[in-house]
Amino acid sequence: MTRSGTPRNAAQVKKAAQSRRAGRIADAASVGVKVLLTKILLLGIVDAISVYALFVLALTQDWLVFTAVLLVALLVNVIYFRRGGLPAKYLTPGLIFLAVFQIFVIGYTGYIAFTNYGTGHNSTKDDAISSLIVSSQQRVPDSPSYALTILERLGTYSFLVTDPAGRVSVGDEITPLSRVTDAETDASGQAIALPGFTSLGFSDIVANQERIAALSVPLSNDPNDGTLRTPDGSSAYLYLSDLVYDEAADTLSDTTQNVVYTANGTTGSFVADDGTELLPGWKVEVGFDNFTKAFTTDSIRGPLISVTVWTFVFAFLSVGTAFALGLFLAIVFNDLRMRGRNVYRVILILPYAFPGFLSALVWAGMLNPQFGFVNQVLFGGAEIPWLTNEWLAKFSIILVNLWLTFPYMFLVTTGALQSIPEELQEAATVDGAKPWAIFRLIKLPLLLVSVAPLLIASFAFAFNNFNLVYMLTNGGPRDVTAGVNVGATDILITMVYKVAFDGANRDYGLASAFSIVIFVLVAAVSIISFRQTKALEELN
Amino acid sequence: MTVLSPPTGTRHILTKRPFTFRRWFRQTGWRHLVGVIMCVFAAFPLLYVLSASLHPGGTLITANGLFSEIDLGSYVTLFNLPQQPYADWYANTLTIGVVTSVCTVFLGALAAYSFSRMRFRGRRTGLLMLLLVQMFPQLLAVVAIFLLLNGISDVFPLIGLDSQIGLIMVYLGGALGVNTYLMYGFFNTIPASIDEAAKIDGAGHARIFFTIILRLVAPILAVVGLLSFVGTTNEFVIASVVLISPEKQTLAVGLYQFVSQEFSSNYSVFAAGAVLAALPVMALFLWLQKYIVGGLTAGSVK
Repeated sequence: MTRSGTPRNAAQVKKAAQSRRAGRIADAASVGVKVLLTKILLLGIVDAISVYALFVLALTQDWLVFTAVLLVALLVNVIYFRRGGLPAKYLTPGLIFLAVFQIFVIGYTGYIAFTNYGTGHNSTKDDAISSLIVSSQQRVPDSPSYALTILERLGTYSFLVTDPAGRVSVGDEITPLSRVTDAETDASGQAIALPGFTSLGFSDIVANQERIAALSVPLSNDPNDGTLRTPDGSSAYLYLSDLVYDEAADTLSDTTQNVVYTANGTTGSFVADDGTELLPGWKVEVGFDNFTKAFTTDSIRGPLISVTVWTFVFAFLSVGTAFALGLFLAIVFNDLRMRGRNVYRVILILPYAFPGFLSALVWAGMLNPQFGFVNQVLFGGAEIPWLTNEWLAKFSIILVNLWLTFPYMFLVTTGALQSIPEELQEAATVDGAKPWAIFRLIKLPLLLVSVAPLLIASFAFAFNNFNLVYMLTNGGPRDVTAGVNVGATDILITMVYKVAFDGANRDYGLASAFSIVIFVLVAAVSIISFRQTKALEELN
Repeated sequence: MTVLSPPTGTRHILTKRPFTFRRWFRQTGWRHLVGVIMCVFAAFPLLYVLSASLHPGGTLITANGLFSEIDLGSYVTLFNLPQQPYADWYANTLTIGVVTSVCTVFLGALAAYSFSRMRFRGRRTGLLMLLLVQMFPQLLAVVAIFLLLNGISDVFPLIGLDSQIGLIMVYLGGALGVNTYLMYGFFNTIPASIDEAAKIDGAGHARIFFTIILRLVAPILAVVGLLSFVGTTNEFVIASVVLISPEKQTLAVGLYQFVSQEFSSNYSVFAAGAVLAALPVMALFLWLQKYIVGGLTAGSVK
């Protein structure tokens, strides 16, 4: 491929240089005003968005992302304002999306696999401390009452409070109270409005009372000073926490129970001497813990192994059955004497055209044990547990998958069959070969050479065929002995999804570790099988 | 294809053998038998769902009486369910699908054009890298995508969690990869002399790309666009994690939740939803099937 681009002798070098120069002149001559304007407009939009993002990132002091956004924005401007570097101009848009949503997330998955990210551990240590303190807050019995006006700006609520001494301050959930002097006050001296904010009326407060009741505005930067909350939207009270954070000792002490919880860097939580853990904790790197957990905890290792085995069986069987049926049909319909082949073909590819997620749901209805068509009509009311018996559920999945994918194999093998020259068959027939021998010894190997890459791709797809499994059986019947939420028909990818997003207990770290395992498996299978196909091609 | 196949009659005259049913059956008749059986297998579930959708107020069990009653009531009910904004799901699916596939085609075509027509350092590595990255499907990174969008929400709620723009951007992460490969092969079949002729006539690269090349490669653009539209419509995992509010969800997410709540009691409403959801995809598919078959086999048959 590169050879055609590399000139081989002096004459060609000269010609190439000339054509490059001609190209440049043509480019320069033809850049119209319209193109230039479009370019400036698009870059302007990109830059405006970047500047906004940079501004927000600077406010939240997220310097790492700030630098990344800044660098990318600069790079994009350089690429499009520079003369030359044409390939970059064409590749950059796609590559940016690829870099963020494909390459970065792969790396990020790898990182998460080494953390305890999940329910109870999904934020930083500071967030965990303040949320622990806020959640154990109690109203101070005889605390003074602060006159309150609720302000709104850009969708966030702030408290405008006048303390008993008449001082006015403003603050919201993130920014602690600070003194203001330019507030508008009413006759009684209570602050009622602040420039730049909208004061909420009674009806607004009623309409948003849940959100307002949940607000807690810190009194100062020290979380131990407590926060202000309002039960009614018109006066605020001081709330103090039972828990006190001691920064020097890195401990949280419960003042009412006299228990001290010490920060534990390996589990990412505060733990008391007797082992009680305070949740939420925070996210920490846990090394290979998730992997060791997956491979050594019996209640997870068992299901993981059976799920992996079933994933391979499912992927092989689904590619194998669909390919066999598709090939058979391709041979059957590859007879020029047969009338109406196009009609058959259109009907046969209907399942392929029907959206896959719907197919699984429709089949789930047809295979329903009590009311489904298959049991009620075809088996005369028998209650065959198609989706709830372990083996029948596996069979149903393969069957529905066959329905879904045989049209694709049919199309592909038909194309491949028709590209095999007729002469081969004629020559073999003249040599006295029987049709079956011709097929097995000549046509099939040739066919496999061209179809093998597609089979490997199908295998990789079947390996991660989430929709079919999740929507047909939801992985069931459930394995009740397992330490994770899996069933007999779960494949690896549905297991990842369930561990990460199903139910109350989400474990992102463990799910990502499973993702990495799947990736290694798929990559290994693909590499080995591509090697094999190379060997097949040498036959040719 | 019709030109190639000689009419059955001619062959009989040539071979001068009388017609017998047995021979006809041995040669082509059994093929029709297989064809009919397979057609029933292929089409039955589709007829079943169509019949179920036409059954008034039907449950799963009434759906078994195929086409015994015909009524459009379920289609009306479908759009009047208070908790299930079906019309929103439908519009969202179409919007997300069309925007994603148009952008995918455009980004892929830009990349394929540069790989096919320009010679630059890292070209081969770039092509190889695209193939390798594709081995790790986005599906596997769903946790990381969720957390990434969650992080973006803090800075830029417009493209974070529960945002359709965010979801489209995630899908565009997969715009290169396989698509570039499909298109790259097709771009290579367009002779470069066409570009050169245009260049001599004074056209710049942008004009050549937009006005000449894109028109010549229209078939592959249609295939990639359709495959991407179908893929987006079918996508459940990422959409279910990213889109949270019911009125922002897609058909795949919404209908799945509808099914998991009231499947057997309200089956005809689900079936009506399924029929309507399948219509645009199937129509597109049948309309473009010639191109699709060509596109699928172009990769495999050299």
